[in-house]
Amino acid sequence: MSADLAAPTPTRRRRRKKQDAGGARAAARRPGLITGVALTVAVLACAGFVLVDLPGAWEYALRLRLRTVAALVLVAVAVAVSTVLFQTVTANRILTPGLMGFDALYLLVQTAVVFFAGAGALGGAAGGGIAGSLLWLVEVGVMVVLITALSRWLLLGARRDLQIVVLVGVVVGTLLRSVTTILQRMLDPASFAVLQDSFFASFGTVEEDLLTISAVVVLATLAVLLAFRHVFDVLALGREAATSLGVDHRRAVLWVMVAVAVLVSVSTALVGPITFFGLLVANLAYVAVGHAHRWSIPAASAFAVITLVVGQWLLDRVFDFGTGLSIIIELGGGVLFLALLLGRARL
Amino acid sequence: MITTDSLTKRYGPSTVVDEVTLELARPGVTALIGPNGAGKSTLLSLVGRLADADGGAALVDGMDVATTRSRDLAKRMAILRQEHHLEARLSVRDLVGFGRFPHSRGRPGPEDEAVVADVLTRLSLDDLADRYLDELSGGQRQRAFIAMALAQDTEYLLLDEPLNNLDLAHAVAIMRLLRTAADELGKRVVVVLHDINFASRWSDEIVALADGRVVAQGPPAEVIRPEVLEDLYGVPVSVHEVDGHRVAVYYG
Repeated sequence: MSADLAAPTPTRRRRRKKQDAGGARAAARRPGLITGVALTVAVLACAGFVLVDLPGAWEYALRLRLRTVAALVLVAVAVAVSTVLFQTVTANRILTPGLMGFDALYLLVQTAVVFFAGAGALGGAAGGGIAGSLLWLVEVGVMVVLITALSRWLLLGARRDLQIVVLVGVVVGTLLRSVTTILQRMLDPASFAVLQDSFFASFGTVEEDLLTISAVVVLATLAVLLAFRHVFDVLALGREAATSLGVDHRRAVLWVMVAVAVLVSVSTALVGPITFFGLLVANLAYVAVGHAHRWSIPAASAFAVITLVVGQWLLDRVFDFGTGLSIIIELGGGVLFLALLLGRARL
Repeated sequence: MITTDSLTKRYGPSTVVDEVTLELARPGVTALIGPNGAGKSTLLSLVGRLADADGGAALVDGMDVATTRSRDLAKRMAILRQEHHLEARLSVRDLVGFGRFPHSRGRPGPEDEAVVADVLTRLSLDDLADRYLDELSGGQRQRAFIAMALAQDTEYLLLDEPLNNLDLAHAVAIMRLLRTAADELGKRVVVVLHDINFASRWSDEIVALADGRVVAQGPPAEVIRPEVLEDLYGVPVSVHEVDGHRVAVYYG
């Protein structure tokens, strides 16, 4: 075991690889600093969004803006964290819960509630109150059960190709959306209007009760997840290495999927489906701070908050056309998705 | 001691490991050999609890690997498989550091860092320690993963074809390292090898598998014999003594 172990690498190949990695490498060396800066900017963005340029009737405006910022932050954190964890347990950087049709599942659950229980039930949810919150919790419960079953089959069964999982996810997502559409066609117009309203609640108009309960759920989930950050780092090594290191892979994956289901339910309930946003912020975080979860989880959350809050601010006050933020973010995320997919195909 | 009792694994209609009852009582290096599809890797995976058995049991120091807590087993046994695809971008030092997870639970102390530094030096990875895995050649990456398994500092070390991707010099270096680990550190190494001459030269015991069954078990002198190997691989084999070791010649 002497110096002869150090294998000679073809120099040309090494140099090319190094160039490719150059930028990311320099950045990933100081993940703590970058995460700290990102979190600070995120907090400043939120403060700026709320405080800058308050109109004369500031009490009302403040309340409205606080509500909007709270919704933005909750959605940002839920999407970012669920995407990072989902990508960790599936060992990929392209799949996201959104792409796998998890939010489509939530829409189906919601539609099914209206279909079978009537619009009154959902009206209760949208109108807030204890009944509404309870209904929402039941919906989250159904989501958790369905997603856990789905991932059991898809991720833990026979070992599957990433491409096949993507394909199945897209097909299942389409199927769920079709079933949702069929149920909606069969609804009476009044119920449909209530349902439609609940789907496309934008970042600006979110109920306070839903916000409170979402905040509690997201914070609790986040606290539990951060306690397990080291286990996630091990999970990212893949099933076999994680098992050798003493992590019960099957159980860990199922628990992560439960957390992902909860977070996806929160963000979908608040603002409806957003497919590519998670992909965008998660990959941004990997490039900026690397893959250790103690950095990537807060960094992805911070990037998500910055994107949403600044984006919403620009739309609200600079371009002055209310909603539509998700469209722009989806455009950016969609382009990144294609780039990643093509980049992988080339490998 | 590693024992298996009627251990069985099926994939669909084919039985890959067929009621294997085995006792690996000897300390040192044990090599698993056999033709492709003989069930060597599957047997190793079953013992390393990477796959669930369809029947029978595998025991490590009397603990059933199917029922013992994974984190308790991780302090006694490390297993390394062939494929090393990682989506996460890690440096060699980070990867080797993960070997300490069963002991440190993610909060490495000075002791863990000392072990990592020692393993890096043993595997001549010091110069590569801060390089990312995706910047390394196949052989270098292979060594980094072996280093992680060694850093786990377990009594049992299960390696599935660790010589894959390695040229002659590195293959010899790895086998010598495993020998050192067995002789000086008291490790029990079970290794799947394709090259029977590496098994003959470096191991204390050889287990030959064919069609999911054990067909021969014993020290190299007993297993590396023409009649055993011809039966095992179905090709003419002659065995010669070179420098005190048995060398099989099977190139036709």
